[in-house]
Amino acid sequence: MNNQMHSNSHHQKKNIWQRLHIDLPLLSGILILMAFGLFVIYSASGESVAMMERQLTRIGLSLVIMFSVAQINPEVLKRWALPIYIAGIILLLGVHFFGTINKGAQRWLNLGFMEFQPSELMKLAFPIMMAWYISKFPLPPKKRYLAGGAVILLIPTLLIAKQPDLGTSILVAASGVFVLFLSGMSWLIVGGIVIAGLIFLPILWFFLMHDYQRTRVLTLFDPEKDPLGAGYHIIQSKIAIGSGGVWGKGWLDGTQSQLEFLPERHTDFIFAVIGEEFGLIGSLFLLTIYLYIIGRGLIIASRAQTSFARLLAGSITLTFFVYIFVNIGMVSGILPVVGVPLPLISYGGTSMMTLMTGFGILMSIQTHRRFIDR
Amino acid sequence: MPPKKRITMHDHAAEASLFKRRAFFTFICVFILLSVLFSNLYQLQVVSYKDYETRSNDNRIRVVPTAPSRGLIFDRHGQLLAENQPYHSLEMIPERIKNLDETFDELNGIIEIDADEREQIKETLKFHRRFKPLTIKGKLTEEQVATFSVNQHRFPGIYVEAGLKRYYPYAELMTHVLGYVGKINTRDKAQLEQSNNWKTYAATKDIGKQGVEKFYEGLLHGLPGHLEEEVNNRGRVIRTLKVTPPTPGKDIYLTLDLKLQQKAMELLAGRRGSVVAMDPRDGGILAMVSSPSYDANLFVHGISSKGYSDLLNDKSRPLINRATQGQYSPASTIKPLVALLGLEERVINDKTRVWDPGFWQIPGVERKWRDWKRWGHGWVDVYHAIVDSCDIFFYDLVYKVGIDKMANFMGQFGFGERTNVDIYEEVAGIMPSRDWKRLRYNQAWYIGDSISVGIGQGYWTSTPLQLANSTAILANKGRRFTPHLLKTFKDDTVKIDAPIDEHQPIILKNPKNWDIINEAMRQTADKSRFTDATYTAAMKTGTAQVFSVGQDEKYNADTVAEHLRDNALIVAYAPYENPRIVLAVVLENAGWGGANAGPLARALLDEYMLRDEWMLPNE
Repeated sequence: MNNQMHSNSHHQKKNIWQRLHIDLPLLSGILILMAFGLFVIYSASGESVAMMERQLTRIGLSLVIMFSVAQINPEVLKRWALPIYIAGIILLLGVHFFGTINKGAQRWLNLGFMEFQPSELMKLAFPIMMAWYISKFPLPPKKRYLAGGAVILLIPTLLIAKQPDLGTSILVAASGVFVLFLSGMSWLIVGGIVIAGLIFLPILWFFLMHDYQRTRVLTLFDPEKDPLGAGYHIIQSKIAIGSGGVWGKGWLDGTQSQLEFLPERHTDFIFAVIGEEFGLIGSLFLLTIYLYIIGRGLIIASRAQTSFARLLAGSITLTFFVYIFVNIGMVSGILPVVGVPLPLISYGGTSMMTLMTGFGILMSIQTHRRFIDR
Repeated sequence: MPPKKRITMHDHAAEASLFKRRAFFTFICVFILLSVLFSNLYQLQVVSYKDYETRSNDNRIRVVPTAPSRGLIFDRHGQLLAENQPYHSLEMIPERIKNLDETFDELNGIIEIDADEREQIKETLKFHRRFKPLTIKGKLTEEQVATFSVNQHRFPGIYVEAGLKRYYPYAELMTHVLGYVGKINTRDKAQLEQSNNWKTYAATKDIGKQGVEKFYEGLLHGLPGHLEEEVNNRGRVIRTLKVTPPTPGKDIYLTLDLKLQQKAMELLAGRRGSVVAMDPRDGGILAMVSSPSYDANLFVHGISSKGYSDLLNDKSRPLINRATQGQYSPASTIKPLVALLGLEERVINDKTRVWDPGFWQIPGVERKWRDWKRWGHGWVDVYHAIVDSCDIFFYDLVYKVGIDKMANFMGQFGFGERTNVDIYEEVAGIMPSRDWKRLRYNQAWYIGDSISVGIGQGYWTSTPLQLANSTAILANKGRRFTPHLLKTFKDDTVKIDAPIDEHQPIILKNPKNWDIINEAMRQTADKSRFTDATYTAAMKTGTAQVFSVGQDEKYNADTVAEHLRDNALIVAYAPYENPRIVLAVVLENAGWGGANAGPLARALLDEYMLRDEWMLPNE
């Protein structure tokens, strides 16, 4: 309230960034990460200028997307929540029946001119849908609405998990759970879900998980059992990080990465390169920037004026955190290997576009506040 | 109020503050979880840093051992006896060959692999690890190496390897002394592991298998060097980080005299037999020949199984080192020592005379022991008995001394035990005694046993080296050395003398007895083979029965099958006054000792005694 009055009273002094719908604190955090990422990719790719240029192009494109999305009023998103969600579900079903198989998973839909991954769309469509759905009711939500939310959550999660794409399904499910949690779901239910989850774990293990997924989990506990097979990624990645020590081996001097012992070093395992070349200091720097972005995201969410905007902003921010936690956890050997990139650092376009769209929404929420009629 | 209306009622302020609480809570959770990540990183990068640093280095640094070059072997005058020659072989990595036959077909015209070789390679491959190199052709000529190198690109997985291989320029001349090197096999590996030396053989392919090559492996081998290379995940070498050159093996100089060895081999002329020449002043072996011999180089490159079985099945048994493994009845060559024992035990003195009617009987026993001379020697004293090798004199002597003193005395001259010469291929021979016979045959000792032993027959066996050694002790009047082959070795540039192992000398109750016996041997030489020699010498021949002749039978060398003929033996030394060389010669189935081994001994001593020392190459 105070904020609103504050900004109203300074209506005339609205600065250029606000008019451009850019949140400068958030943008600076993002740009620092991206710049850092470029350096790391240059090193991890064996000093490939071509790869750096490609990544730079993606960064530019994603900034454009972010900027564009920031111009869209959250109210518009609210109106489109249901149609986009339904379209997403249909596309996921399409993948299920007509999708192309790549690397053993059925995730892509061939649109003729490009390969499209509907699960990626769902990463944003789904929290929008959830936020819209829950915010229709007075908060904290009643149990039956929570049940409705659960249905909305389970459909895409299961469809994606079935592809199989465990990483994305975790991210999608998490974004929905965050909406429900932030909406004020009672602690009793939270506790109940946690307990149910614990009970569900064995079922997941014995009936739902694929063999390769079980292997990944087992490998986590004892990577040395199969050091050249299942444990290779984890062992090499831990060696890279551990051998970096406090100060790191120096940029371009990481032997694990430069001599190619480290697999996937410019994509999912890029954090190991950071750990090796920049040491504990580098890791701490990265974690601090991430914490800063998350903090900023939660501030934006808290300041938002509608429940929809709050829940959406909170969910986007916390999903960003899930990326970080799952990725670094897996690369440093405390979580099983799941295909989740290190946000805004890893080489590759898809996740960056999605993330930046999300940040665009955050900026939109932050900068469209005063136009919202109470 | 209808419930529907209440549903749409939002308490915005309450919702906002509820959200803020939840957001704050989640932020705390985020902070805690990031701290968990961080503490895990701290664990990896600080607590376990050393461990991971080591493993990272293990990943990237490959230590490639490099083989030391083997020490050279020279004779006492610096003549090269074993050297290392550049050697090229064609190697193949099985897993990189798609079609073996096609590859071999393609190789034809560059390096021929014939059908037999192909068969053998395929056979070997069955038990060969797919990623380990396999030699498909050794001993490439320079031309073959050049032609292949040009065509290398056509043969992935096949390459030429360069190295050094042992080469013995005198081929079969030195085989039994030098031995040879061969590929390290599982037994060698086990031994090296047991002695904790396996690590130093990481790059070494060959190891001493016999003779000096085996005995002095520790000196000759040297220490491996290392190349520290940085490699990538595919094992490709990125750069060399550090080079530690290997320490070459030490060059060794043997006591052998190449020319004497050559002369001995030449005189043996392929006959079965052995020659050992020693310097009595220090026990250094001047020549050690076993005939027939074989080319040691065959074994360096891995002898074919046919070649090996031919050697193994050869009736003249070339693989045995007769000088140290051949067990022969010493026969009359030990009569001087038996006489010495008689003098020492005062059973005889230098004036004692014994009547030899051509036979001898144990008092009260019917059986007659014949002299080699049917009609006897008449009255014989100790000089006469040695010069004419009178058997009767020694029958009587041994009968009076008894086997116990005999065995004990001869034991001091090295009979019945290994001389501990510096090659492993040596046997102890047999110095019979009461205990020995009980253990071996579970039988009591009979007087008759002693009688045979008294003339070096019966159970008594010895090696040519033992004969030379005992003669050296006699010539030395009791000084005893361990016979040896190593003279000096080179440490860096300094020549170090190998220690000489001298034992407690034999002290006689009456040292004059040495002179009596040596004098008798000098007379023997003077009266036969060395009458016209320009130097003084001493000797004693022997003729060992290979099979028993019945009591009244006559032995006729011409009518007996060759392998049943007598062995001819001789021991000799020169010069008499101050002996520099002792000789023992055994010629198998050659017949009468004096007539057959004698000329050989004379020729050899001539070679050594009459040569102009200044003509020899300097050390």
